[in-house]
Amino acid sequence: MKFGTEIVVLSLFAFAALVAAGFGVEGPFRQHMGVLFFAVAGFTAILLRNTDFKPAAPIDTSAYMDGPIRYGAIATVFWGVVGMLVGVIIALQLAYPHLNIQPWFNFGRLRPLHTSGVVFAFGGNALLCTSLYVVQRTCRARLFGGKLAWFVFWGYQLFIVMAATGYLLGITEAREYAEPEWYVDLWLTIVWVAYLILFLGTILKRKEPHIYVANWFYLSFIVTIAMLHVVNNLSMPASFLGSKSYSAFSGVQDALTQWWYGHNAVGFFLTAGFLGMMYYFVPKQANRPVYSYRLSIVHFWAIIFLYIWAGPHHLHYTALPDWAQTLGMAFSIMLWMPSWGGMINGLMTLSGAWDKLRTDPIIRMMVMAVAFYGMSTFEGPIMSIKTVNSLSHYTDWTIGHVHSGALGWVGMISFGAIYYMVPKLWNRERLYSLRLVTWHFWLATLGIVVYAAVMWVSGIMQGLMWREHDEQGFLVYSFAETVAAMHPFYVMRAIGGAMYLTGALLMAWNVTMTILGHQREEQPMPGSEPALRPAE
Amino acid sequence: MSSEYIDEVSGISTTGHEWDGIRELNTPLPRWWVITFYITVAWAVAYTIAYPAWPMLSSATKGVLGYSSRNAVKIELAAAEAAKGKYVAAIQQKTVSEIAADDALREFAIAAGGATFKVNCVQCHGSGAQGSKGFPNLNDDDWLWGGTTEQIQQTIAHGIRFASDPDTRQSEMPPFGDIITPEQIAQVGAYVASLSGKVQDASLIEPGAKVFVENCVACHGDNAKGNKELGAPNLTDAIWLYAPGETAIAVQVRAPKHGVMPAWIGRLGETKVKELAVYVHSLGGGE
Repeated sequence: MKFGTEIVVLSLFAFAALVAAGFGVEGPFRQHMGVLFFAVAGFTAILLRNTDFKPAAPIDTSAYMDGPIRYGAIATVFWGVVGMLVGVIIALQLAYPHLNIQPWFNFGRLRPLHTSGVVFAFGGNALLCTSLYVVQRTCRARLFGGKLAWFVFWGYQLFIVMAATGYLLGITEAREYAEPEWYVDLWLTIVWVAYLILFLGTILKRKEPHIYVANWFYLSFIVTIAMLHVVNNLSMPASFLGSKSYSAFSGVQDALTQWWYGHNAVGFFLTAGFLGMMYYFVPKQANRPVYSYRLSIVHFWAIIFLYIWAGPHHLHYTALPDWAQTLGMAFSIMLWMPSWGGMINGLMTLSGAWDKLRTDPIIRMMVMAVAFYGMSTFEGPIMSIKTVNSLSHYTDWTIGHVHSGALGWVGMISFGAIYYMVPKLWNRERLYSLRLVTWHFWLATLGIVVYAAVMWVSGIMQGLMWREHDEQGFLVYSFAETVAAMHPFYVMRAIGGAMYLTGALLMAWNVTMTILGHQREEQPMPGSEPALRPAE
Repeated sequence: MSSEYIDEVSGISTTGHEWDGIRELNTPLPRWWVITFYITVAWAVAYTIAYPAWPMLSSATKGVLGYSSRNAVKIELAAAEAAKGKYVAAIQQKTVSEIAADDALREFAIAAGGATFKVNCVQCHGSGAQGSKGFPNLNDDDWLWGGTTEQIQQTIAHGIRFASDPDTRQSEMPPFGDIITPEQIAQVGAYVASLSGKVQDASLIEPGAKVFVENCVACHGDNAKGNKELGAPNLTDAIWLYAPGETAIAVQVRAPKHGVMPAWIGRLGETKVKELAVYVHSLGGGE
């Protein structure tokens, strides 16, 4: 029977959720379990409608398994638009506090929805689907484990839904980028271990003698995130039928564990993972060999070794002992060149193909991504210097820094990969429209420039206002005055974000039309075809 | 798929590997990259020798510069305290009117009081001390409990209707909804409103004046100019703590709201309260 086991297991899962919804010790937990019940029961219903009592048709196991990757590409675009939309909403809430709708849609609940939405839902799906795409093609092997890839895909979507609805219900561990409570964390652990088995299993059955550099980065990302997630979320639930749990650590140890996690979520999720993406899609799209094999080895191991120690720079001038602060800063400075190794390899791979920048907006997007990667991995070590940090910490400068990396590097390289993969995954000759990609490129680039520039100005202004004192040593500004001074910048930031969101909506349209099999009739990009010249 | 291959564009050979059509050039590491990396590593080592860094069994190395962030803050704070020392000593000894009379001390107290105000007072009184509904504007010359430096000091130190301070300013207007009829309340509302502005129904003013004389003059005075001893507001100016207009006044007469201001002496101490009093007095309306 098609989907027989799945339907039985999911029905039991849905029943367990229903029981938990009935016996939960507090309201939000019961509501959250209700959400879980409807999600799982709905999914079961879909399977039931598509089931068949004839034995399932045998699957051609000689071909690559692209089904979960197609779903992943769609999920990436969908969650990207959702996450960025929430970002624009919270940017507007900061500028116009009346837009806070209590209690479900206030800034405090929507902010983690935005960060998790763009990092884990958009970025996570992008990493998931590109890693499965890349590992099969560079290993010349079908994904390991049969239906395991489907479990990883749907299990991860369930994690996203549970995390997002939990935030709106006010269920949170209040750990930045690790807000989901214990039961959602446990579920993610199961899914993540399955992902590791899936990825590693595929590498083990490869038909290539060597493992391609993109796969080293993807694997380091999967392994490290597993470790970070498990350690940072060690906690004791107050009740197994309630949402509240207490961290295994306390005080400054807890803070350091959290920022060891938080910094390396940036390092291994948003840097190493997306470098894996870059190492496949840039050479493919440029049709050029990777610039330097040696550089890829050296900068890979240097990043892996150095990144993991840099977390304490998030806790400068706090209760964290001085020695840990010193080491956090020292490792961050040493991280500068290893990070730039990726930028050099990305940009120099284009040598011999620079002319494509004029004709290929996808390459342009990837180059812009690598450029922003270079900028933010330079800015990061600068901001880790204690004296700089004493000005920048807690200000919007940090927000600007994060977004130049997130919008510029993570967003742009993912868009490039999506534009590359979608026509191939659905066997289309080309994208629906390359000109829409050009529009996306410019909207996104200008949006980032507005966003980052505005946050620099507002962040540095904020930092200077906080520390401004008169000749007798008294502080000059009240906190509320610094907030009032930031209002115009908050409005401009929302405009920059809205531009970026508009670009993502164009991508959603373009990808949808491509999947549906349409091709827009349009003039080719200027210079993409050699102009006819009269014979001499 | 290993095969020797020379890249045409760069003239550099590849490593011989190929994955899904991707080859890798055998380019050596860029020299500037390696050198910069070594420099950052050397700098990092030197930095960890200079500052507390290497964790040992029970503590960490202290660093040859002997730096400690706790000491650094302690030294900075001590220097700041020392710079303020002679002013603070003088402020401790003098009364607020003596401070206000001494130009140098007054200037210092206004700067210090302003800083304290920005942290502790703006939440209710606004960052420009302009107040808001229920919280008095401190820039005008309309004072509920008196606008001399001493009176302001007393108000800040012990608060208003702050139950846990025995010296707090205490007064409560009774709810006249229990004492007089709704008609009378409407009448007296119109009368009080007429003292500083126009009212809609002028026929209520005259009976309202009678109600006022019978019920209100004890606290607000025959001329309705208020009484700062009792915290009874002046009703003849157009300044209203809650809202202007006969309706709003009638609401306040029926069931008055009573704001509470905390006593700050415990939290801020004598010196800061004095500085604050001089600062608030200087805002423009001081008596």
